[in-house]
Amino acid sequence: MSHRRIRFYGAAGQLGTIAVTLLGLLLLTFFIGRLMPADPVRAIVGEDATRETYEQVYRSLGLDRPLWEQFAYYLGDVFTGNFGTSIRTGQPVIQDILHVMPATIELATFAILIGAGLGVPLGVFAAVNKDRWLDHVVRVFSLFGHSMPIFWTGMIALIVFYAHLGLVGGSGRMDQFYIGLVEERTGFLLIDSLIAGEMDVFWSALNHIILPAALLGYSSSAYITRMTRSFMLDQLGQEYVTTARVKGLSRNQTIWQHAFVNIRVQLVTIIALAYGSLLEGAVLIETVFAWPGFGQYLTNNLITGDMNAVMTCVLIVGVIFIGLNLLSDVLYRIFDPRTR
Amino acid sequence: MEKPILEVDNLRIRYGGASVEAVRGVSFTLGRERLGIVGESGSGKSTVGRALLRLLPGATITADTLRFGELELLTLSEKAMLKVRGRRMSMILQDPKFSLNPIRRVGDQVGETYLRHFRCSKAEARDKALAMLEAVKIRDPERVYDQYPHEISGGMGQRVMIAMMLLADPDLVIADEPTSALDVTVRLQVLNILDSLVRDRGIGLIMISHDLNLVRNFCDRVLIMYAGRVVETLAARDLDRAQHPYTRGLLAAQPRIGGARAPLAVLDRQPEWLEEKA
Ligand SMILES: Nc1ncnc2c1ncn2[C@@H]1O[C@H](COP(=O)(O)OP(=O)(O)OP(=O)(O)O)[C@@H](O)[C@H]1O
Ligand SMILES: [Mg+2]
Repeated sequence: MSHRRIRFYGAAGQLGTIAVTLLGLLLLTFFIGRLMPADPVRAIVGEDATRETYEQVYRSLGLDRPLWEQFAYYLGDVFTGNFGTSIRTGQPVIQDILHVMPATIELATFAILIGAGLGVPLGVFAAVNKDRWLDHVVRVFSLFGHSMPIFWTGMIALIVFYAHLGLVGGSGRMDQFYIGLVEERTGFLLIDSLIAGEMDVFWSALNHIILPAALLGYSSSAYITRMTRSFMLDQLGQEYVTTARVKGLSRNQTIWQHAFVNIRVQLVTIIALAYGSLLEGAVLIETVFAWPGFGQYLTNNLITGDMNAVMTCVLIVGVIFIGLNLLSDVLYRIFDPRTR
Repeated sequence: MEKPILEVDNLRIRYGGASVEAVRGVSFTLGRERLGIVGESGSGKSTVGRALLRLLPGATITADTLRFGELELLTLSEKAMLKVRGRRMSMILQDPKFSLNPIRRVGDQVGETYLRHFRCSKAEARDKALAMLEAVKIRDPERVYDQYPHEISGGMGQRVMIAMMLLADPDLVIADEPTSALDVTVRLQVLNILDSLVRDRGIGLIMISHDLNLVRNFCDRVLIMYAGRVVETLAARDLDRAQHPYTRGLLAAQPRIGGARAPLAVLDRQPEWLEEKA
């Protein structure tokens, strides 16, 4: 078989896998919707509705139909972009989500930049200095980040850095004073304020995001450090590293130009996974910092039993992870010649 | 005799945490010749080779003399050592499957030696690498240049390794069991390529091996190592006249084509071989 053919089958197989995973995901969200202890009809008609009204709505929702038919309708809805209306807010679910998602994406992106910016170099340094004091310091540092209770640290950090030192903004995405001042275009406050040329709002937003992002970033840097260290140790034990030294490359050149290049793809994969779990919503941090994001939204929906909203949230989380897996597969294909 | 390339006197190496020295007082000199180091597994052959390049992290190396050309290797700074490695002394490693970086093009890895030691453009390094690939008798250098290690055979990989290590025209090459990972059918080809390059360019060679027949054919002189010490030094052609009982044992344990079908001799180790000569 020619290389091109293998490549074609590889890509086709991948699309097949994605289709099957997606179908499984939709089945899952569908059954979550059916099995939730909340009664969707009651939620619409209210407690005092007559039996007739109840049954009418019951039928209009298609709940008298066989399950497979309901699933088919659900599929049709999803693929036409109709995710239903939120019972809690009375708005189309998709509109609510588009409103909360940017806040979370903004926070998660900021956090992952900190997490990777900290975790990758620390992991490399720890590996290079294996079993020396620097390695131990890094290990303790990242163990602490891994095990810190983020709810508690979040509050302490707010008290210290906001209340006492006044170094950063408090909770929320910006100072109360600025809310509603800039037009919402992308939903990303840092970008919207720049577009509008409102530098005050921009600085306020930056001041508010820095603390929760630093905490989230530190906490995900623990995982990134640990993985980077072990990937790097794997490579440093390889014989090609010796070859590079024999050729006359310095220790640093060998580390960065040979060993590190070999862990790139693995690194992007685990950073993408860490990013994915940040997008899924950092509920605790969002609660402590009154951050109006996806994590809080999902939690509220679970508490109130808002069926359409929960189904859609689960679907989105699933799609994010499918996308990240796809990204890492594609990267392997591009950067690792052995998979071509 | 011309001035030797390498003078080693009383070389001792201890790995970090080890209770005994892995190498215990090795001495030899090397001219523009091919020196074989033979000895059983664990006798310290590779350790000597890597110590010459000062690539033994965590190990303590001492010697009365460790002279390479005009340089005293043990007192050289790491920065100066970087100019020795690859440029004046290099080493061919055992198994190309592991000693080449899997995600970089073979040719770029060869050219890197040149780029590292000479001020030149990428294109120039590429030309040098291509010429060197041709010199190790690779028929289609342009094509091989762009291949990745997993796409070439072991024999080809070892030729690439030889090209990489000879590209900067060093004075001394250490070959640490350069063919033991290869198919028997290509061993001789690879050895012949290495041998003719080393002779043509007047490069000193240290060939580390288990194989007495191999060093007999490809070396001028042979050191026999046992438990971290050199027990005997002989001209390769005098190998059959070895005196030391360990060497005699090794010779007796060599299989021979057409030889009597008696069971191969097993070495009968004597404790006094371990003692250091006064
Ligand atoms: N990194 C290391 N740390 C500790 N001890 C080591 C290390 N490398 C080798 N040794 C020990 O040093 C001694 C000599 O090892 P060396 O690899 O030099 O032997 P060798 O003659 O090359 O053997 P082989 O023929 O198997 O390659 C052995 O006892 C070995 O266990
Ligand atoms: Mg060895």
